[in-house]
Amino acid sequence: MSDVGKPRAAFAAARCGGASLPAAAGLGLKPEHFLDVLETKPALGFFEIHAENYMVPGGPFHHYLGRIRTDHALSIHGVGLSIGGEAPLDEVHLDRLAALIDRYQPESFSEHLAWSSHGGTFYNDLLPAPFDAATLRRVCEHIDRVQSRLGRRMLLENPATYVEFAASDRDEATFIGEVVARTGCGLLLDLNNAYVSCTNHGRDVQAYLRALPLAAVGEIHLAGFARQVDSLGAPLLIDSHGAPVAEVVWALYDEALRLIGPVATLLERDNDLPAFPVLLAEALAAGRRLDACRALHPLRAQAA
Amino acid sequence: MSGVADNGAFAAALLDPGQPAPPGLVSWNGSDPAQRFAVYRNNVTVSLVDALSETFPVVRQLVGESFFRAMAREFVRRSPPRSPVLAWYGDAFAAFVAAFPPAAGVPYLADMARLEYARVLAFHAADVAPAALADVAACLAEPVSLPSLRLHLQPSLRLIDSPFAIVSLWGAHQGVGDLATIDPLQPECALVLRQGLSLAVMTVPPAAGRFIAALQLGAALGDAVREASMAEAPFDPAPTLGLLIGHDLLVGIGQSPEKQGEQP
Repeated sequence: MSDVGKPRAAFAAARCGGASLPAAAGLGLKPEHFLDVLETKPALGFFEIHAENYMVPGGPFHHYLGRIRTDHALSIHGVGLSIGGEAPLDEVHLDRLAALIDRYQPESFSEHLAWSSHGGTFYNDLLPAPFDAATLRRVCEHIDRVQSRLGRRMLLENPATYVEFAASDRDEATFIGEVVARTGCGLLLDLNNAYVSCTNHGRDVQAYLRALPLAAVGEIHLAGFARQVDSLGAPLLIDSHGAPVAEVVWALYDEALRLIGPVATLLERDNDLPAFPVLLAEALAAGRRLDACRALHPLRAQAA
Repeated sequence: MSGVADNGAFAAALLDPGQPAPPGLVSWNGSDPAQRFAVYRNNVTVSLVDALSETFPVVRQLVGESFFRAMAREFVRRSPPRSPVLAWYGDAFAAFVAAFPPAAGVPYLADMARLEYARVLAFHAADVAPAALADVAACLAEPVSLPSLRLHLQPSLRLIDSPFAIVSLWGAHQGVGDLATIDPLQPECALVLRQGLSLAVMTVPPAAGRFIAALQLGAALGDAVREASMAEAPFDPAPTLGLLIGHDLLVGIGQSPEKQGEQP
């Protein structure tokens, strides 16, 4: 096994010194809601965009994002770097990403523990890879490259998966812990993904949560899932981003806040988009849980 | 270890429903991994068909939801995206539609796809400030140098010269005009543009279309007028220049053949 390197001290330090998302509730920014956001200036801690949607030269997307960005903190969330892929990173895409980050100076950049491109084709989905030494090596190499190209620490999101691999020789939480330790990246803790994956693979989500490198969590994602069943009738949950956050995921969120303290929390909704006030109300429900957490963790709240 | 559960085997099975699920997949409870793998297959195809559906709403309305989705699925299988920037996924869709035998009954379908993709290009095109009116007036006031003037147009501007009434048909699907009164076989030259944040689709006479196309290729004003005169002689460029200036489409004017704004 090659030596992938020790945690990058510079990136670990950037977490304390550089800008970071406020420990408040945020929402995914949708073009359908540009005007609602500008007209109502909602009391949200931040907005998050999908990087690839803004990799266009100009037009309304940049016009509205530029205006909204002046009022709110921003998280840029990539869905196309294919960090878990076998191929080297697409440097052209990384250049586009660097230009976008340079333009908007977001408080956070995050990507997924998944792959989406292979052989020059982009599959537009977050695809799984075995948790083994080979995947670990290339994921770490790719994260090292992203962090050095962007000159900033990134957050890596835990995946929602529907299959497992015979080749996996360690569990997901251990794998993520190794990536964080080797690259100095942070963790974007997606609690819907955690619940979906643990349900789909018969794991204990409480044990999974506690096995993750929680000290590295820089953001939490909350979203809704859809229900299917596998061929034996066991639940097979789909990370649909098309429903309100499930009660069981809210409970997991309370548990995570007890363990971590207050941290930036995004409500994600990409499909079956409701009116802006409906989404805002759901995000503010996360905000109230953060407030309750702050009351219980006054010291951590100060640090954040 | 590679050869088992690698990206290539996984990827190959994603877009081809005839292929078995990739090797090396397991499930915690012994349930069928192929059924679980089908979730990915479905996500990939449905999300890409949805992306096309968003880019080509009038094409979808013209052929109906189920025909459109079947046609788009076929396109996704043959021409999956090469880039994670999905705004441009669809640049090859019109050519695919033109050569898709089941769609032959709607002869204007491919040109409608061209029009709708031009709207996407115009929507996301670079923001360029229009030329100052004083500069434009000064340049146009010099009759001697007029023929050698170079006019630079907005990168959002797109022309589609169609043998079909694509602008009228497109408009009818936006609630403008009556579909029943449109003769689809009436040729129309479509101009697609963005003024500020707003997209517009309009027709221009064929000669004006040739004039604008020549300017976009970098022709001097005199050459562009000569080109347009082949469609309609004599060609008076004044109304078309007025249209271009009135919609903020003229971004530069002068004697040097500068490069046009970059097109995606």
